[in-house]
Amino acid sequence: MDREGALRAAGEWDARYARGGALPALAGLPVAVKDIICTAGMPTTCGSRILAGWVPPYDATVVSRLKDAGAVIVGKTNLDEFAMGSSTENSGFGPTRNPWDPERVPGGSSGGSAAAVAAGMTPLALGTDTGGSIRQPAGFTSIVGMKPTYGRVSRYGLVAFASSLDQVGPMARTVADAALLLQVIAGRDPKDSTSVDVPVEDYPGTLPRGVRGLRIGIVREAFGQGLQGDVGEAVRAAAAHLGSLGAALTEVSLPSIPYALPTYYLLATSEASANLARYDGVQYGLRVPTDDLFTMYTRTRRQGFGSEVKRRIMLGTYALSAGYYEGFFLKAQRVRTLIRREFLQALDAVDLVLMPVSPTVPFRLGEKVDDPLQMYLADIYTIPVNLAGLPGISVPCGFSSGLPIGLQLIGKPFDEATVLRAAYAYEQDTDWHTRRPPVVGQSRSQAVAEVHKRDHATTPPRRAPKRGAQTRQRSSRKSKKARTRK
Amino acid sequence: MPMDPSVVEHVARLARLELSDEERQRFARQLGSILEYCATLNELDTEHVEPTSHVLTLTNVFRDDVAGTPLPRDAVLAAAPDHEDGFFKVPPIIETE
Amino acid sequence: MSTPAIATSYETVIGLEIHVQLLTASKMFCACPVTFGAPPNTLICPVCLGLPGSLPVLNRKAVDLGLRTAVALGCTAQPTSQFHRKNYYYPDLPKNYQITQYRYKVHPPLAIDGSLEIPREDNLVPGGTGRRIGVRRVHLEEDTGRLVHAEQHGRIRYSLIDFNRSGVPLMEIVTEPELRSPQEARTFLARLRAVLQAIEVSTGKMEEGSLRCDANVSLRRPGAELGIRTEVKNMNSLRSVERALAYEVERQRAVLDRGQPVEQETRHWDERRGITFSSRTKEEAQDYRYFPEPDLVPIAVAPQWVAQVRASLPELPEAKRRRYVATYGLPEYDAELLTSSAAMARFFEETVRLFPHPKAACNWLVGDITAYLNVAGKEIDELPVTPAHLAELLQLVERGAISGRTAKEIVAEMLAQGRRPEVIVGERGLAQISDEEALARIVDEVLAEHTGPVSEYRAGKTQALTFLVGQVMKKTRGRANPEMANRLLKEKLKS
Repeated sequence: MDREGALRAAGEWDARYARGGALPALAGLPVAVKDIICTAGMPTTCGSRILAGWVPPYDATVVSRLKDAGAVIVGKTNLDEFAMGSSTENSGFGPTRNPWDPERVPGGSSGGSAAAVAAGMTPLALGTDTGGSIRQPAGFTSIVGMKPTYGRVSRYGLVAFASSLDQVGPMARTVADAALLLQVIAGRDPKDSTSVDVPVEDYPGTLPRGVRGLRIGIVREAFGQGLQGDVGEAVRAAAAHLGSLGAALTEVSLPSIPYALPTYYLLATSEASANLARYDGVQYGLRVPTDDLFTMYTRTRRQGFGSEVKRRIMLGTYALSAGYYEGFFLKAQRVRTLIRREFLQALDAVDLVLMPVSPTVPFRLGEKVDDPLQMYLADIYTIPVNLAGLPGISVPCGFSSGLPIGLQLIGKPFDEATVLRAAYAYEQDTDWHTRRPPVVGQSRSQAVAEVHKRDHATTPPRRAPKRGAQTRQRSSRKSKKARTRK
Repeated sequence: MPMDPSVVEHVARLARLELSDEERQRFARQLGSILEYCATLNELDTEHVEPTSHVLTLTNVFRDDVAGTPLPRDAVLAAAPDHEDGFFKVPPIIETE
Repeated sequence: MSTPAIATSYETVIGLEIHVQLLTASKMFCACPVTFGAPPNTLICPVCLGLPGSLPVLNRKAVDLGLRTAVALGCTAQPTSQFHRKNYYYPDLPKNYQITQYRYKVHPPLAIDGSLEIPREDNLVPGGTGRRIGVRRVHLEEDTGRLVHAEQHGRIRYSLIDFNRSGVPLMEIVTEPELRSPQEARTFLARLRAVLQAIEVSTGKMEEGSLRCDANVSLRRPGAELGIRTEVKNMNSLRSVERALAYEVERQRAVLDRGQPVEQETRHWDERRGITFSSRTKEEAQDYRYFPEPDLVPIAVAPQWVAQVRASLPELPEAKRRRYVATYGLPEYDAELLTSSAAMARFFEETVRLFPHPKAACNWLVGDITAYLNVAGKEIDELPVTPAHLAELLQLVERGAISGRTAKEIVAEMLAQGRRPEVIVGERGLAQISDEEALARIVDEVLAEHTGPVSEYRAGKTQALTFLVGQVMKKTRGRANPEMANRLLKEKLKS
């Protein structure tokens, strides 16, 4: 929480608003930032004890773009350590809970951003998505979360987990807000060699075009074993709803999908094993003092990293090591080619691909922490999209016993506009997104305390910044406007 | 099948991780089963499939050779666990074993 | 006396791995300036410190310089090449991986398969053909930081790290193991350095570390399989390369002669003691776990790019050397020396442009001037002297305004201070006496003072003339124009 900074920035935008004249897209709007994105002068911990207290000397490109657009960075949100997890239980500073049921996880790794948006603490947040870390928590908390095409948004200042998969993306209460936020952060950045120079469309402007004539392919393999019954029903119903709005529904087949999970775990952990090698106690962050360098390295990393991070570093190191590279890492890279190829072939015939976001509704805290493979299965529908590098969105599409269900729509490379447009059409014709978690019905400070009670990392705000509440109203006014344009 | 303890130890050393006995055993078991799962990839024939390093088809992304302003040293050293005379300071390198 | 027979039956096999610091304004992957000798940790940014979240972006010039080298060495530039991460923990490596190009089947380095000619062993025949040494590959990588060890009682107490050098663009050139003697290794390195300077890829200063050389050395019986090699490091000059390798060759020879095996290891050259020693620390069997760097995209080199680079290359030392011999008629040895540094070759050519007597210019450059540079330990472009200065000096001599002896006296001052020779001559009153009237007076004095030799000369002892010339020179403190003095003496002695 950057209370003073946020209030000051909001005050400045108030003053400019009062003077009149043009304001940038996000003038005065509060945005929460996942704590794996660098913010100059604000601690960036990646949810890890190894980076406790580290203050980056620079802003991530997405943060500079937010500031340039007038956004007020209200604080940093909790996450699974280095974004490695699907429940936000792996944070070095304690878990985040689901506003819909505090006994359940908000998903992960962007669980802090998801919970903050769902609980109404902020209208907008940034998440990051390596294997589903935006979409899965968005689905688990009934908000909108989008992973853009790989290369659409700059990764400069996003602390790397798996460099070939990571993307920053918007999380918001509505599709229109998500489109607005994406508009601000998308586009080529000379500081990121993998950010692509493809023109950024006017996302909010193209939303109202509807889905008539869009071809949507339902993934056959995504509705089999392991999918919770009512989740599958809700997603099928959502597909039918899109059909009723004029989309042409077909079935597509992605036979390699079952192989996405092992492929992902080999590639992501291999890249992570190198990306996380720099946390060694030399330049910044935690150091366990010892008499020799080797022990300083090993002990610092022992104390600084949590179990899941260590496990993944071990797995990745193994997959790259002599004798195993060909059989594991290189094999996974080849399977990745197959998976991407299948997606692109499917997207030759259809405009969008449709799947569930997660196979289940939010699970209970502690339910899967001891079984990594079970935990990994929570991302079975989101991971293939990262491997293929495609844009994907999660939109609320129902509830099962009061717990949220998400619909996933996946588009062609750099065709975020069509993804958003279909999600918007569905959202505008349904009311799932208007439901609020029970905590929001209580007084604001109670709600916040509920979410953050006991174990949340960041200091719970006693009261939301005054400006925050007001700009939130302006934001919903905007959504209304967009709706009337339809 | 659990990972061989000597392999666990070797990998931990490569990754500069000190493991407790409990972790060694747990990781041996967990990594063993994860790798077994990963071995399902061998069901796929990839003999004529090129590997994908990342999905982009970009080449030749460059910056011009123009020097900019470095970070102020004090700001950088302020984050350092230990420093001396403008240098980062670390314990001596002693090869173990 | 059987030892020499055994000793001569080994063949020396040397391959070099040369790291070249590229002449760029900024680092390989960030905009930090590349300068030598800045205070520690003042040329650093999130990228070259490997701070969380930072990303590399490749310097176009570094690729260009790599391609210049590749073309100059006749390498084949690869249509696409890619960077890899080389994973190992070391405190001078901020990310604990180095971004480097690596030859792994589908991921070739920037360029492969070139060569550079060296003269045949001990044989600098004019116009003779040399031997081509294969260049296996040329690739790009980032440099590491620098460690300073604080020692006490011979033990390292702690280490200090300066990241100024971290991320400085390096090019690695690897030769085939085709060098057959330490002297050949030195010559190869000297010629390579001349090429790198000529194409403005590097300063090539070994003393500043902008050219670093490691060598793999082994011995074998002629025609046999390659022997076990050692890697020799820490050689900081051309001379130390030759010395270190000569030592290492003899060491291995002695080991083999004793019937023992050579141990595969890394050995460090100790310049002061003149030996190589094993780096006792037991090196862990390295497993670098290379994999393609996902933060960078591949380099694609189209034929047009190579053609452009080729067209932009200046004349290479090899061609220069041939031209100097063929068109200027310079001896092979002198041509080699003039082309051994780009600065020297430039200086020579500019001097010849101003004063078109290549042999005279060459004599001064390979003689007095090279001697001066060797003592000063400098390159000619590090001195204030210009080609115009040398051309003026040569003109003064040719015109007879000063004697060759005088020229030798003032050349040091001209080199060190960059002052015009004519000014130095004027100040010191060193101008040659070529005024016939003035010299005639002095000749008359000499003839009057030395009647003995005069009579001897007139009696047919022509050697007496030498004595009389000497006396004229003595009286003028060497400033007399010797030809004129000679002529005047002869004329007056006849009369």
